[in-house]
Amino acid sequence: MFDRRLIHNFDWILLVILVFIGLLSVLNLYSATHTIRSMGGSQIYVRQICWFAIGFLVLVLMTTFDYHILDRFAYPLFFVSLILLVASLKMGRVTYGSQRWLSFGYFSVQPSEMVKITLVIVLAKHFSRLERMGDYRLRDLLRPLILIGIPFIMIVHQPDLGTALMLVIVCFSLIVFINVNWKSILIFLSTALLSAPFFWITLQDYQKERIIAFLRPDLDPLGAAYHLTQSKITIGSGLFWGKGFLKGTQTRLDFLPQQHTDFSFSVLAEEWGFVGSVMLLFLYLFLILWCLNIAKNSKDKFGTLVVVGIAASIFWHLTINVSMVTGLLPVVGIPLVLFSYGGSSVISTMAAMGLIMNISMRRFIFQE
Amino acid sequence: MAWHSDFDPIETEIYQRRLARLTFFVVIVFGVLFVRLWSLQIIKGPKYRIQSENNRIDLRDILPFRGLIFDRNGQLLVDNRPSFILGVIPEDTKNLDSLTEDLRRLIEIDSVMVKGKIKKALKWNPFNPVHIKKGLTRDELARIETNSLSMPGVIIEVKPERHCIYNTLAAHLIGYLGEIDREQLNRGEYKENKLGDFVGKFGIEKKWHKYLNGIRGGQQVEVNASGQILRVLYQKAAEPGFNVYLTIDKDLQMLAERSLYNRVGAIVAMNPSSGEILAMASSPAFNPNDFAKGMDRDGWERLISNPHFPLQNRAISGQYPPGSVFKIVVALAGLEEGVIDPNEKIFCGGSHRFQGRIYRDWKEKAHGYVDLHRALVESCDVYFYKMGQKIGIDSIAKYAKRLGLGSRTGLQLGDEEPGLIPNKAWKLRRWHVPWQEGETLSVAVGQSFTLITPIQMVRFISALFNGGIVFRPQVTRCIGREDKKGVFEFKPHVIGHWGLRKENMELVKKALVGVVNEPRGTGKRARLDQIRVAGKTGTVQVIALPEEEESVQERDVPYKFRDHAWFVAVAPAENPVIALAILVEHSGLGGVVAAPIAKDMLESYFNKSMPLRAREVLQDKAIKGVAR
Repeated sequence: MFDRRLIHNFDWILLVILVFIGLLSVLNLYSATHTIRSMGGSQIYVRQICWFAIGFLVLVLMTTFDYHILDRFAYPLFFVSLILLVASLKMGRVTYGSQRWLSFGYFSVQPSEMVKITLVIVLAKHFSRLERMGDYRLRDLLRPLILIGIPFIMIVHQPDLGTALMLVIVCFSLIVFINVNWKSILIFLSTALLSAPFFWITLQDYQKERIIAFLRPDLDPLGAAYHLTQSKITIGSGLFWGKGFLKGTQTRLDFLPQQHTDFSFSVLAEEWGFVGSVMLLFLYLFLILWCLNIAKNSKDKFGTLVVVGIAASIFWHLTINVSMVTGLLPVVGIPLVLFSYGGSSVISTMAAMGLIMNISMRRFIFQE
Repeated sequence: MAWHSDFDPIETEIYQRRLARLTFFVVIVFGVLFVRLWSLQIIKGPKYRIQSENNRIDLRDILPFRGLIFDRNGQLLVDNRPSFILGVIPEDTKNLDSLTEDLRRLIEIDSVMVKGKIKKALKWNPFNPVHIKKGLTRDELARIETNSLSMPGVIIEVKPERHCIYNTLAAHLIGYLGEIDREQLNRGEYKENKLGDFVGKFGIEKKWHKYLNGIRGGQQVEVNASGQILRVLYQKAAEPGFNVYLTIDKDLQMLAERSLYNRVGAIVAMNPSSGEILAMASSPAFNPNDFAKGMDRDGWERLISNPHFPLQNRAISGQYPPGSVFKIVVALAGLEEGVIDPNEKIFCGGSHRFQGRIYRDWKEKAHGYVDLHRALVESCDVYFYKMGQKIGIDSIAKYAKRLGLGSRTGLQLGDEEPGLIPNKAWKLRRWHVPWQEGETLSVAVGQSFTLITPIQMVRFISALFNGGIVFRPQVTRCIGREDKKGVFEFKPHVIGHWGLRKENMELVKKALVGVVNEPRGTGKRARLDQIRVAGKTGTVQVIALPEEEESVQERDVPYKFRDHAWFVAVAPAENPVIALAILVEHSGLGGVVAAPIAKDMLESYFNKSMPLRAREVLQDKAIKGVAR
């Protein structure tokens, strides 16, 4: 049974925004890696093209089923992603001193990316079933907190602190959205702070070191502080029109170790100036607002909450990354989703976008 | 399938209101980001543009001081010396042609290649110095320094270079450094290191690289357009690496290497009551300093094309049949199993016939009636042919394994080979044919498939004389830093015990004293006047010579067909403080070639007066100094 209304309702605008972001990303990566031969640089933009190609395929796949299946199988899906996360901890590949990859022969996946989506689905299911509206108390939050806590602890142990932080922020946004009373949030925050020391002693020394480096990047004057100085010069020197494609002198200088990941926005800002960076910001703004619009039009709570969760994830990624490279926040190492290089991130974000598309396409199947 | 919306009208309104609030929040945050970008790119933009064009903030490394290597008595073996590198910062050069011409006039360089190198870097990485020539001499340095003002872009970098004070001394043990390769970087093996760094590639330098390396420091500096430092913004001092104290005794090591001068072989000396290696020599050797300077292609070619493989550490990875030294194993196995009665006399008529084949004794004139003691002292083959046959190959193999032969000793260096102890199952697995009984006879006198490394040999003889304790051989005494002494000390590490009957071991030990001290002992050339030495000779037939050629004199046999000579020894026999295993490839009889080396070494060791000539010989002993 194929419903023609599905095609009719296909969200072309969402697709067009994503295509634009993808094109800018590839173009920018080409420029960013123009000089980095040390990383097999020229390959990176080609690989990013592949990731986007796979990503769009996944996006289309994610629209082919009715998203209420996810509502029904939310917990099994969540547990599967947790098992993969455990597997990556036990036998994962270690890169840059942390275990976040699970290798399947030809390709590796980062289960923590998958957990981000399944957790949003599980929380959406939970919150959509709550009887009362708003003003939830702490005991109503017990189950969601456990659901967040399990992957959070595992991801901190990897340690992949950027992802762990994003997980908490996204879930917290959802909780605020369903309107818990502020007293409960305060109680929760204070208990979390009080229990932090107990959590701290379960960590290994190297994990502690990484957390300290993550929270206080300014302690390393040859690392993060230097990157920030350079990043500001890079962005600032772009002026209004930018220095032009492939003409960024700061980029050519090879000054950042991650100009294709965390600092990719700086590369854009240098070469395309204020015009270019604002254009990219507008694309993201449009994307997020469009998602919120889909959330508004969704006819069930589950759909609305899933979309809000995913939109929150994109929003915080962008806000934290851009604040970080412009010196508004400490350099905490969070990439700009879709725009920075990264296979797992691109594919999982495109899957999430497919889910939003799915929800957008199926708003008509409800009977009034 | 149709779904019912689960919103009631009130809920719908609440959700719509919250989504509107959310939208408002998102727009506000984006507004903040726009303002920030405006302030960075438009308001402060011109300032940053100037910074990006004229001044730049740069990171400069401060390399750590690599830890030193000492011998057991605190004698310095390896240190660091400054080495001067001529570099050019491509961006700062004015006229490439005149620059390369000037440089060519001052020092010897290939100006075409240099120009090409700089041109390429100009395109890709113009701010990083291109290295033109490493290891400048004082003369060259002076010439460049005096002319540097007229050559913008030319810089002199000072880098510490590893220096082995005694050149080839303990080369295989100390090892060498080399530029880190991409694979090592990718594996994250050396987290402290970057591309272009020198890291340990072999020996102790590799094994303890993590400790020797130290921690890199750095400076964040502001430099002007011509690369001069305007000011230092931040600085982090480098932390020096830890020093490594080896267990070897420099003087004994020198003597061992001198003894192998112009020969191919290995010598290992060990303290039998701790497992500490006192000397470990392998000949031919190489000079680690050649690697520190950056090995050129010719040098490398010469090293790897040398038929004697100077890079191989024969002491741990040279595998040789044990020759008659293996008779100790057979004797112990026979005694333990009750097959050998030490008082029983066996007739040796110079040969032994078994399954229609004749197995010869090394001594044509025969030994006559021999008991166990005499059989070991005179190394009678016939006695052990008969005993080996009685004990059986699997039992011999079982004991050899138990005594620590045919498996790695667990030394803290890489590349150790296990050797081989054959038995019936192995033969079938490896060669797909059943074991021949005749092969047991060959094994019993240490020929055939059996393979042992010198380090296994020295541990074996040590255990016999220390009551059967098997130590893990150690080459590192401690790792420490001057400010924090003795951070890590290596304690003797007991791996296991033989668990043999004491009286059996005493019988064999007595016989080994006889080998050196009795008139007919095969090892009498190792005898010392003041100290009682115990030992055992071994001679490995490399090839069975056709019978009619048997009478040929040793010196007429081609080099590669000559026998390997073994000698293992301990002294003093009553309470040994040193054990030795000596192997000389293709040199002749163990008692004739290897035993005198043991005597030399023991004599000097106990006299504590090392002949100074050892040092002179070593200095000019290069890689090429090998027998033929």
